Amino acid sequence: MSFRTYHEVTGEDRSRLLAQVVAQRTRVTERLRAVDRLVAIVSGKGGVGKSWITAGLARSLASRARVGVLDADLQGPTAARLLGARGPLDVEADGVQPALTAAGVRVMSTDLLLAEGAPFRARDDLAERFTRRGLVETGVLREFLSDVAWGPLDLLLADLPPGAHALEDLAELVPTLTGALVVTIPSEESRRAVARTMRRALDCRVRILGVVENMSGYECEGCGRVGPLFAGTAGAELAAAFGVPLLARIPFLAAAPGVRDDRCTALAASLMDAVS
Amino acid sequence: MKFLCIDCDAQMSYEERREPGDGTFAAAFACPRCGRRIAMLANPMETQLVSALGVQIGGRVLDGQPMELARTLVDGRADAFADEGRAGVERALPSRPAWSVDAVARLARVPGFVRGMVKRIYTEYAAERGIAEITPAVMDRARVELGLEGM
Repeated sequence: MSFRTYHEVTGEDRSRLLAQVVAQRTRVTERLRAVDRLVAIVSGKGGVGKSWITAGLARSLASRARVGVLDADLQGPTAARLLGARGPLDVEADGVQPALTAAGVRVMSTDLLLAEGAPFRARDDLAERFTRRGLVETGVLREFLSDVAWGPLDLLLADLPPGAHALEDLAELVPTLTGALVVTIPSEESRRAVARTMRRALDCRVRILGVVENMSGYECEGCGRVGPLFAGTAGAELAAAFGVPLLARIPFLAAAPGVRDDRCTALAASLMDAVS
Repeated sequence: MKFLCIDCDAQMSYEERREPGDGTFAAAFACPRCGRRIAMLANPMETQLVSALGVQIGGRVLDGQPMELARTLVDGRADAFADEGRAGVERALPSRPAWSVDAVARLARVPGFVRGMVKRIYTEYAAERGIAEITPAVMDRARVELGLEGM
């Protein structure tokens, strides 16, 4: 008994699975035609303040540019809360309308989809879920790109989870990704972890726009003096090692989200220069 | 994916898909020459794997609703989307029924501008009657009982 190969059987695959996948990618491309720049906010380490930087940038730029924030941290979404975005989300023929903040920032996040305190998980929580987790997460990220009616934007910021996997997915889904803004804290541990993600970004042909060193000292809320917080100079070292600019060093300040956003103003200007 | 009738050396034609129960997905194929019919059965994990790709065996009739994957696969809040929760009914429902693969395919044939409303009607119908899963049979019953000809 012998069998012909898949391609030797010339009839059409009725399911046209490949065509369906191609159509998904096409929808991403078409949706993002009205978005001038898509910038990923990345780090190899958690807890360095990616979402805080993202929110600060969005608020700083919102008065003079059309800005959106895509919270790609599906498991641990925080950007929507930091920006004051609320649901429910309106669904129109053109797609799902993103939440609109008081500052005029358009936001999409799993924080708007999940019940308070509920984890991001599949509805049918079957065994061997690791076989599907990556597909579901990449699929939801794709829908955040293609099915959200972002409208015309000057800048869409994608707040990514720690590590390189989401950046790999984003670069695959959006080959025209403008670039990545890398966030670190000063410590040597952060430098080592973030360097791995930067290396992976280059592997994926993602342009690194620059480095931000967050929590670069501790700023006294009273007198404004900046004292030491973490040992190390990771921001400068990473910038030098990868030949990219150190765009900002931002000290830690115990202030509520939205307060003292002026600390991101200079970074916002540098970022827009970098992507212009 | 293609199915070959070995005796006839002919590609089998896709006929229909069904969800007979326990999460099984069934797709029927027939040989255009000898008429032999077979069914491909996928277990729940395999079914979810395909669903997670956002594709449909047998092909799509129409584009799905926006963010279909997030709506159908992710265990989200009932009132996340205004088209589903605007009436306030779903917020009060004890549990939200699941949609079978066939039911989702049938819903996809409804014109996009009324699909959200139609989906809400079926969802409310099932939830109010304690129906855990909306299937084409449930949709047929709802059409008769609610007078929804054409939906």
